[in-house]
Amino acid sequence: MAEAAESPGDPGTATPRPLFAGLSDISISQDIPVEGEITIPMRSRIREFDSSTLNESVRNTIMRDLKAVGKKFMHVLYPRKSNTLLRDWDLWGPLILCVTLALMLQRGSVDSEKDGGPQFAEVFVIVWFGAVTITLNSKLLGGNISFFQSLCVLGYCILPLTVAMLVCRLVLLAEPGPINFMVRLFVVIVMFAWSIVASTAFLADSQPPNRKALAVYPVFLFYFVISWMILTFTPQ
Amino acid sequence: MAAADELAFHEFEEATNLLAQTPNEATPRGDQLVPQQHVAVAVDSGGSYGAEDEVEESDKTALLQEEKQQPGFWTFSYYQSFFDVDTSQVLDRIKGSLLPRPGHNFVRHHLRNRPDLYGPFWICATLAFVLAVTGNLTLVLAQRRDPSIHYSPQFHKVTVAGTAIYCYAWLVPLALWGFLQWRKGVRERMGPYTFLETVCVYGYSLFVFLPTVVLWLIPVPWLQWLSGALALALSAAGLVFTLWPVVREDTRLAAVLLLSVVVLLHALLATGCKFYFFQPLPLEPAAPPHQATSQPPTVLLSPPPPRSAAA
Repeated sequence: MAEAAESPGDPGTATPRPLFAGLSDISISQDIPVEGEITIPMRSRIREFDSSTLNESVRNTIMRDLKAVGKKFMHVLYPRKSNTLLRDWDLWGPLILCVTLALMLQRGSVDSEKDGGPQFAEVFVIVWFGAVTITLNSKLLGGNISFFQSLCVLGYCILPLTVAMLVCRLVLLAEPGPINFMVRLFVVIVMFAWSIVASTAFLADSQPPNRKALAVYPVFLFYFVISWMILTFTPQ
Repeated sequence: MAAADELAFHEFEEATNLLAQTPNEATPRGDQLVPQQHVAVAVDSGGSYGAEDEVEESDKTALLQEEKQQPGFWTFSYYQSFFDVDTSQVLDRIKGSLLPRPGHNFVRHHLRNRPDLYGPFWICATLAFVLAVTGNLTLVLAQRRDPSIHYSPQFHKVTVAGTAIYCYAWLVPLALWGFLQWRKGVRERMGPYTFLETVCVYGYSLFVFLPTVVLWLIPVPWLQWLSGALALALSAAGLVFTLWPVVREDTRLAAVLLLSVVVLLHALLATGCKFYFFQPLPLEPAAPPHQATSQPPTVLLSPPPPRSAAA
């Protein structure tokens, strides 16, 4: 089918010119009747792509999605002004990051102390409702970014803070003391700045110029709260 | 084809001739619109909304009000009209709430018929988180001084702070607006504020507590009370100066009662936050913290110490 669509076409052109003689041998337009409307080669290529994902193996599907998520992680770690996060948004990355962060931040079920750290549900709610609130805020201020694109960017930019959480947990295995706290403070501050820079690189262009600060401030508050939760985490 | 071309060409020439003859008329009309709009909302000494002095101004304000009422409350653009502010406008409103002056009415001079929801919402969110964070920081500092105190992140205080601040900043303006609407018949000159303007006034007046709460980290008691009193005075003064022109025409008893209730509620919020989030921990070093945090609900209900904030 693809070869038939891509061939120089109707039998009218596959004629006595010596240049195309070989092609008329290769093309199978005589064997398979080409019926239906004539389509642009590009469109038929996409149709072929869509229909073939049903037949591929599960491993291919999962690896494709994982590669997309991994590519976006790289874009967050090395933020450049590019549209990759915005163009093909997905919410797998934010979900993975949020679940990881919430699992690491939750207080143990054995410890029923009333004023401990956040529960899993509290972290989850803060991350997702915070992201939704910031998205609504930027849309209400007149930004031209779509709802899910903004959620995607905000979710992916939690990656530096998740790395900070991992580092903090490792550092907390050592003996407690002021040096321990200083190291954790430094790591969290650096990752917090990285998150803000990464998300601003993606989000700032979508706002009208005289409202950029209004749209960026809630992002700052959001990552500040998450950094605070990471910094005050104490293992029981 | 040639006839159509000729016709089109002629129209273009006519248009250019018109523009050449009257080059100055087009632009001043455009310019006149903008300053007149500004004049229409700035000329409001005494709150003359539908002034019959100039028909043009009332036409323009009528047009503005018509435009504002067009989108229904189920559309997105209805809510977008509440976020129609620039960075410089928000900063100007914050400055206006920090420095209240007796003649300056916050609603008239800074809001100018364009109340926004951005300021109240994000100032309340910031205040809630800053309260929880600095409250936790005082626990850290107290633990350094007295190692027997057990440190914990106290995450539930975020929920308490958020609920308290948002309820205050949205329910109290609702009650105030309802009361002013009820007393509307007594006033002749000044129309009552809309609900959004009341929410704006309260929201921006809470901004002064942000640096105060950060200052409360310093564990010097007289400094804490001094900064708290100063913040309360500034904030309550802003509220009183804004409400005074509206309440002035009412009976003296109602005016005094309303203003004192407003100031009292504000003082209650300030002292409640001070006692709940910044408890003087070294006074009870041996008791574990979760017993101490069980008393705040009664603290909020108890009468505050006498403050001279309304003076």
